[in-house]
Amino acid sequence: MIRRLLTAFLIFGTCGMAMAQKSTPANLAQVKGGTFVPLYGSNGKAVSVQGFRMDKYPVTNAEYAAFVTKNPKWKKHAVKKLFADANYLRHWTSDSNVGKNADKLSNSPVVNVSWFAAKAYCECQGKRLPSINEWEYAALASETKANASKDAKFYQRSLDWYSQPNPKYLPPVQQSFRNYYGIYGMIGLVWEWTSDFNSNMLIGESRANSSLDRQLFCGAGATGASDVQNYVAFMRYAFRSSLKANYTVGNLGFRCVQDVKNQAIAKK
Amino acid sequence: MKMSTLSKVVQLTAIGIYSLGLLASCSSQATTADNKASTEEALAKELPVIQAELTDAPKVPAPITRKHAAKVVVKLEVSEVVKKMADGVDYTFWTFGGSVPGKFIRIRQNDEVEFHLMNHPDSKNPHNIDLHAVTGPGGGAASTFTAPGHETIFNFKALNPGLYVYHCATAPVGMHIANGMYGLILVEPEEGLPKVDKEYYIMQGDFYTKGAFGAPGLQPFDMEKALDENPSYVVFNGSVGSLTGDKALTAKVGETVRLFVGNGGPNLISSFHVIGEIFDNVYTEGGTKVHSNVQTTLVPAGGSAITEFKADVPGNYVLVDHSIFRAFNKGALGMIKVEGGENKRLYSGQIDDRIYQPEGSTVQEMPQSATPKAMVASNKNMRIELGKTLYAQNCQACHQAEGQGMKGAFPPLAKSDFLNSDLNRAIGVVAHGLEGQIKVNGEVYNSTMPKLKLTDEEIANVITYVVNNWGNKGGEVTLDQVKKAKATYKH
Repeated sequence: MIRRLLTAFLIFGTCGMAMAQKSTPANLAQVKGGTFVPLYGSNGKAVSVQGFRMDKYPVTNAEYAAFVTKNPKWKKHAVKKLFADANYLRHWTSDSNVGKNADKLSNSPVVNVSWFAAKAYCECQGKRLPSINEWEYAALASETKANASKDAKFYQRSLDWYSQPNPKYLPPVQQSFRNYYGIYGMIGLVWEWTSDFNSNMLIGESRANSSLDRQLFCGAGATGASDVQNYVAFMRYAFRSSLKANYTVGNLGFRCVQDVKNQAIAKK
Repeated sequence: MKMSTLSKVVQLTAIGIYSLGLLASCSSQATTADNKASTEEALAKELPVIQAELTDAPKVPAPITRKHAAKVVVKLEVSEVVKKMADGVDYTFWTFGGSVPGKFIRIRQNDEVEFHLMNHPDSKNPHNIDLHAVTGPGGGAASTFTAPGHETIFNFKALNPGLYVYHCATAPVGMHIANGMYGLILVEPEEGLPKVDKEYYIMQGDFYTKGAFGAPGLQPFDMEKALDENPSYVVFNGSVGSLTGDKALTAKVGETVRLFVGNGGPNLISSFHVIGEIFDNVYTEGGTKVHSNVQTTLVPAGGSAITEFKADVPGNYVLVDHSIFRAFNKGALGMIKVEGGENKRLYSGQIDDRIYQPEGSTVQEMPQSATPKAMVASNKNMRIELGKTLYAQNCQACHQAEGQGMKGAFPPLAKSDFLNSDLNRAIGVVAHGLEGQIKVNGEVYNSTMPKLKLTDEEIANVITYVVNNWGNKGGEVTLDQVKKAKATYKH
């Protein structure tokens, strides 16, 4: 990873061009395109998602440290307040790496990063942040099924995670659950940034005029147990809409995706 | 009423801005367009600033003695914590201030409140607050949507006096409330509340866990049970036993007691009752109207009541949700211990307890009823296990859960010299009953123990259970021993 960055840096000098390099798909998983009904933003209609490649793991502290080393403006103390709030990389004791908890955290997801930072990181990899729909689509998968939306047990896993406090040290990314696509930790590890996180703005008052409430009550009235699934996605949408692009949160990380088209170009 | 006031305020503010023009640069606190607006504005700037005293249940901040409005700064921190729900049962509570219910906030009518909501960086979820004492969109929820590691601030003026619930209103609202995100804010009327001797804060809530009541371990939230409104726990102040034993509320005979009672829900309505007391006054639903001489008062989910009574007679008074299975099977129990001198004219205590045996009353059995065979213990541990249930069914009502008995009425079994010195006699007492004076651990008891309709096997089990608990001498009582003791020990 570092070598790749280094190469990109040497050759092109800027991150934006890194896309053209040959990338190893070993740490990416293919998500086949399809349709699904998102909780918000489509008025209950199915939307189609183009196929894409997604990072198998959320970005780790070690990977982010490498990025920061190459791009000093994203160092803990150098970052502009406009792009990241005061808690940026709060869990790092050093300016450019994890510091004293490195043994525990190197391989854990990086958190306390802003949307701007996450976006810059992905661009440096020749990738981009996933959209909400892409992220939600990939997160529908259980270990064995691409779409586990009818599987109550699968959703209970999320519910359990959401109601537990953050662990002192986040576990390494490999220790999380691997889904149908071979992607790890979509559920049960960290919240994740999406490119359009604020496009489904729920207002803070989550009961009144948002369409949200109606959906919840309709669903709740209709089917009892299977409604649990709405609740789970509901929490992710609520979390996203509490954010601003310069916010950093102790349990919010990210991963990147790549368009299949770009992938094809890169392969040429 | 609030709605119409609100729209009026909005209209007037709009007119004010239009006609004066200059006001456009004023803060949004301008409430009316006439001259009063500017005077109020001026006054608002001069209000003394006070940091609110916040308390955890069952404590209540001191009554407000000042005779003027103030700017009150309230700082409330949201945190997600693992705490005890019942013995051996943990739950991840989402809290306003570290415990359930949230901190008690006490302000005065017409105070202006600067409200800070901090969401701890370790929180997993965004949170906000809807204070029912607020007149404004979402009761503040719209202004306080706070990501983990952030703080939001808004101002409001406490227009209406009363006891109000506050709670989190972040999606999914039901789950946030079900995890304990509620508390009470008291807006004292300008003239204050009448003086009382004791004030306490009690808040009921229902909880939905994967496991049934008492199932041990860290229990996750159960969405299905919540939708079915079928709670595993209904408790006062966030856990089973939060107001019993050492944590019972206290008062002295002659004191007046005021309970600030809230109900966070999310689902159930409480039929709040204190066994053995009559509320002299109830501020129904936490409002201004006072009802007198009330036995049980309804506390709606997301509502409150203020109840007052004078402690006249010493003893233990049990607080319940009188939807009574919740009290005895789901945890909605609390206690007030009233200490002081007795007044036999108000309450005599038991004067006499006589054996009542109507003629010809034998236990009737239905013709073909086959009693299921009782389990037979094959070893000591099994005896203890089976004995435990028998104890709960037959003995506990008098001798109490920990064998401690009740001084003056029911002798203790825990560390009892009477029991431990002669187990055969104990077998006899269980088998044949006992009447008359005995001395246990230095105390004289003169009452009646009825003959219990237990089999020899059951007697062996229950006594084995008793002697192996509460500091008693241990050992096993066998079937043979019971048979012999029954025959030899008759009184």
